Amino acid sequence: MDKDNIQVRLMKSSKATREDYFGKTICYVCIGLITVLVGCILYFITSRGIATFTQNHVKLGQFLSGTNWNPGMLDSHGNPEVGALPMIVTSFGVTILAALVATPFAIGMAVFMTEISPKRGTKLLQSVTELLVGIPSVVYGFVGLSVIVPTVRHIFGGTGFGILSGTLVLFVMILPTVTSLSVDSLRAVPVHYRQASLALGATRWQTIRKVVLKTATPGILTAIIFGMARAFGEALAVQMVIGNAVLMPTSLVSPSSTLTSQLTTQIGNTVMGTMQNNALWSLALILLLMSLVFNLVVRVIGNWGKHKYES
Amino acid sequence: MNPKRSNQIATGTIFGLVVIVVLILIGLIGYILFNGVPNISWHFITAEAQAFSAGGGIRDQLFNSLYLLILTLLISFPIALGAGIYLSEYASDNWITNVIRTMIEVLSSLPSVVVGLFGYLLFVIKFGFGFSILAGAIALTFFNLPLLTRQIEESLRTVPNLQREAGMSLGLSSWKTVTGIILPAALPGIITGIILCAGRVFGEAAALIYTAGQSAPVVDYLNFNPLSPTSFLNPMRPAETLAVHIWKLNTEGVTPDAHQISSGASAVLIIVILIFNLGARALGSYTYRKMTATK
Repeated sequence: MDKDNIQVRLMKSSKATREDYFGKTICYVCIGLITVLVGCILYFITSRGIATFTQNHVKLGQFLSGTNWNPGMLDSHGNPEVGALPMIVTSFGVTILAALVATPFAIGMAVFMTEISPKRGTKLLQSVTELLVGIPSVVYGFVGLSVIVPTVRHIFGGTGFGILSGTLVLFVMILPTVTSLSVDSLRAVPVHYRQASLALGATRWQTIRKVVLKTATPGILTAIIFGMARAFGEALAVQMVIGNAVLMPTSLVSPSSTLTSQLTTQIGNTVMGTMQNNALWSLALILLLMSLVFNLVVRVIGNWGKHKYES
Repeated sequence: MNPKRSNQIATGTIFGLVVIVVLILIGLIGYILFNGVPNISWHFITAEAQAFSAGGGIRDQLFNSLYLLILTLLISFPIALGAGIYLSEYASDNWITNVIRTMIEVLSSLPSVVVGLFGYLLFVIKFGFGFSILAGAIALTFFNLPLLTRQIEESLRTVPNLQREAGMSLGLSSWKTVTGIILPAALPGIITGIILCAGRVFGEAAALIYTAGQSAPVVDYLNFNPLSPTSFLNPMRPAETLAVHIWKLNTEGVTPDAHQISSGASAVLIIVILIFNLGARALGSYTYRKMTATK
């Protein structure tokens, strides 16, 4: 009896082992949850987004190249008027312009922090970027609405709403993202590269331009792409200053509408399952796909950087 | 151009760019505080919002923001902790880990409006929650998870491997090592991470417009029964947060003093987030000093 008991006890896994399994299982469940969640998001948005094309039989080409957005109406051929081109153009417009404006500032700040004033400059600009990150997007939108829009209206005429105002708001919003990632990539450049260049008699700027920035190019490009992804998906700040008129932008100061602004303002006004609603989900699908594309580009650049400098 | 000259010009340009950014930041914060702080009063913080007349406050919105923040952290912290432990302690370097990391990256780069719409589709409509704090908290959890997971993973990774080896050599199981040695050592980093995420959640609006809703029904702050529809604790009631309130006032609001209220509310938002950021640093270094022998 006693012997059996010992045998059973010895064969049984200890309390620690059971705890170990238990803990491990919990962690696996958590990570599994996140993975399943991403899968669900991709599935649900895609399945709603393609309804425009499967249920309402809108042609993809027509959707992407049409310039009339009026999902409730039919055009002269009896097709729904769902041309998303104005929103796609505006979204890309503000994204690319914001990235173009933000990049020199971000690189300037990153160079300042890593090459020119590594101690005090870094401390100061670190807090600057943290503060900029911390400001919520509605506050950016509010300041844009009450400062930038009237200024643009004053200088360029028109309503003041439009791509220009959107760009000016977005560039400040993506600046911290681009800066901090650029700083990381500049820091990753080995010190002996700089020492070698300076020892050859190069000035600091020559070293920065020809050695440091060149080596860090993949990292800086990644930073810019991340910034663009943020700009492309930003909703409320842009929505408040873009004007929300679904028109093909004729100039930088004409009111227009981005994918995100159209979604935030309209989805509550439509009924689930109708043409108008499906068309909006298709816009969400475009956003989702673009975010995947940005991810892919970041990966491609990362691989290119590895091949270029590590082999 | 001679190299010395171009060196000077480049340095000057970089200085100029940095100065411009610093000025933008000062202008931004200055504008918000300068316009907003005079509007903040005890009345402003404790009065109900008014839709059609001037003189409304932000009491309900402020409470909703805080309540939503707490719920979000309650849901997202355990999941992020488990996922963070998995990624830093258990994940081996193979394709599954790669897929998981890609998934987390994808989730973190999804626009918050898409996450909000997913929450709207699944919880508000499919599960029939309606516009509710719970739906909002879950949507914010989705939005918060990747960042929090990464923060936790990174702070776990900064714990030196010697500590893990020490735990193992004492005969502890790996779970005991994690909970008894690694987690306490990583605690300062985790706390900082949580508070920084809290700041982000507090200011988020795009994911909430169609999940937590845009209305703030009158609630009774003395009704502690979370199942009662008028209770301030009821998670199934619609709740407009401070950030959503600012957005709404500026886009479709008809409130006469919308500008003053938005200025005041923006200032409150910024101040709370500044407190979070400073608190994150202070609390992080305080726990670090408490938990380790460093002075």
